[in-house]
Amino acid sequence: MGKKTIVLGVIGADVHAVGNQILYYAFSEAGFNVVNLGVMVSQEEYIEAAIESAADCIIVSSLYGHGELDCQGFREKCDEAGLEGILLYVGGNIVVGKQPFEEVEKRFKAMGFNRVFGPGTPPETTIAALKEDLLGEK
Amino acid sequence: MQAVLLIDFGSTFTKLTLADVSERKIIASAQSFTTAQTDIMQGFQNALEILQNQTGDVSKVKRLACSSAAGGLRMLASGLVPSLTSKAAKLAAFGAGAKVLKTYAYELTDDDIKEIDSINPEIFLLTGGTDGGNYKVIEANAKKIARCEKPFPVVVAGNRSAGKNCAQSIESALHPVFLTENVMPELNRLNIAPAQDIIRQIFLERIISGKGLSREKALIDGILMPTPASVLSALTLLSEGTKEIKGLGELVCIDLGGATTDVYSIAKGYPSLPSVTLHGLQEPYAKRSVEGDIGMRYSARGIVEAAGIEALADLAGVTEKEVEDYLEILGQDKSFLPKNPKEHMLEEALAALAIRTALIRHSGEIQRVFTPSGAVFKQQGKDLSTVNTVILTGGALVHTDKGQKILDMAVSNVDESCLIPRHAKAIIDTKYILSAMGLLATYDRDAACAIMKDNIGGGL
Repeated sequence: MGKKTIVLGVIGADVHAVGNQILYYAFSEAGFNVVNLGVMVSQEEYIEAAIESAADCIIVSSLYGHGELDCQGFREKCDEAGLEGILLYVGGNIVVGKQPFEEVEKRFKAMGFNRVFGPGTPPETTIAALKEDLLGEK
Repeated sequence: MQAVLLIDFGSTFTKLTLADVSERKIIASAQSFTTAQTDIMQGFQNALEILQNQTGDVSKVKRLACSSAAGGLRMLASGLVPSLTSKAAKLAAFGAGAKVLKTYAYELTDDDIKEIDSINPEIFLLTGGTDGGNYKVIEANAKKIARCEKPFPVVVAGNRSAGKNCAQSIESALHPVFLTENVMPELNRLNIAPAQDIIRQIFLERIISGKGLSREKALIDGILMPTPASVLSALTLLSEGTKEIKGLGELVCIDLGGATTDVYSIAKGYPSLPSVTLHGLQEPYAKRSVEGDIGMRYSARGIVEAAGIEALADLAGVTEKEVEDYLEILGQDKSFLPKNPKEHMLEEALAALAIRTALIRHSGEIQRVFTPSGAVFKQQGKDLSTVNTVILTGGALVHTDKGQKILDMAVSNVDESCLIPRHAKAIIDTKYILSAMGLLATYDRDAACAIMKDNIGGGL
């Protein structure tokens, strides 16, 4: 098999393009095939891109505080579209204000995200998680 | 004088245009009815006789032809996601000049296969998946299509990893298979030229003879392309110009017929506003779309269904009852021509709403999103709002002197989220020469461009 494929993008009405470019560069350099949707991506766009590209993982970024609203129902839509079991990651400033990360992580995991990354997570952390989840590397 | 005879085999008319390449002008034109029942060459001979009465013998003149006879190039297409590879397949087929009867998405069902067999397309375009992406759906669809009983050719233009398997599945059945590059090799990137080249090649080699248009019989030097492909190429030339002749720049063309409406845009369609991000499948620079439910006679009801009867009554300044009565007349008499002022108003309003509906569907749309850092915009499709030239052609429009009025009615009071041309000048293709000039362009681009500039809209 070739490289593992990731769909990457910043969800909702969020226009933070710089971080998106950094992640695109970091994940590509780490050996993944990255389909980058850029900023202001809707749930449907992630899902359609994942279907056409047979992606192994969808990585959702959010920096403007409204990630929790934007991500609601994402897992259910994936299931509906035939993407059962696809890995879903989310990271950034994904909630309003400063809240204990453990609670935030719990809420997003309850929404069906496999991994949740808090503010200031370096790309290396996510890359290590991807390698563990997709390639079985510890 | 260096003459070229340009022939457009249509479903209802065969049109001949005799052009002088060295003088860069049209010498004469003629047309005659084509009947599907009788030999298509009969219509050609009749038109030729009318032409030769004006010009004398043209038997030694070079002949080039395009054809939309017998319903045009009838195609079906399939892809994976409706807004991605299915749409890319449709754009490829439309741009190649085909009549796309239906576009399928996801896995074909047994009922779909029955339907495909009953439609019996002249070409099936099979796509799905980015390169290296999903291959299961296209492979499953290839196996299903192989079960079709009618031996139509299949163009495989999907995920390259699946190409060979698909071709093998289909080849083992009766269908000739043509394997080419993916119409969407990466997400949202369109790559339709290779599939279009194959479609054109199949059209030339396999389909023309089946429609009674063999070269020997017609004494034609070549049937080069389906008529819409010829129109698209003429418009591209008129827009870009040549080294010698300045083009018109970005343009849109609407071909309003009795049953269908074609829209062409030769424009990049990039955002015209700041703070716009582009989303979705990239669309072709030279784009053609076809609305099968929008037309001035057979599809007049389709216009009303799409635009609403109130809009039509409003625009024509009549009551809804009067609109109903007019539609009734059109339904009964497909060759009806308006006579009194009220009928003229209704006819103009109907044309305006047909153009409005077709333009809205062809053009992109923009969505305003409010963010903590102010309003930003998401654009899908082409932004044609700054295109300044709209060419009107087709039976319903070539004889009108109200082109600008109709276009202005069409584009006014349209929601600002629709990226249609807003302040364009209407130009009428009064001599109906676009398809002929697309053909002439294969022979002499400068002459074709000059003749269009001199003739369309009475000279530009």
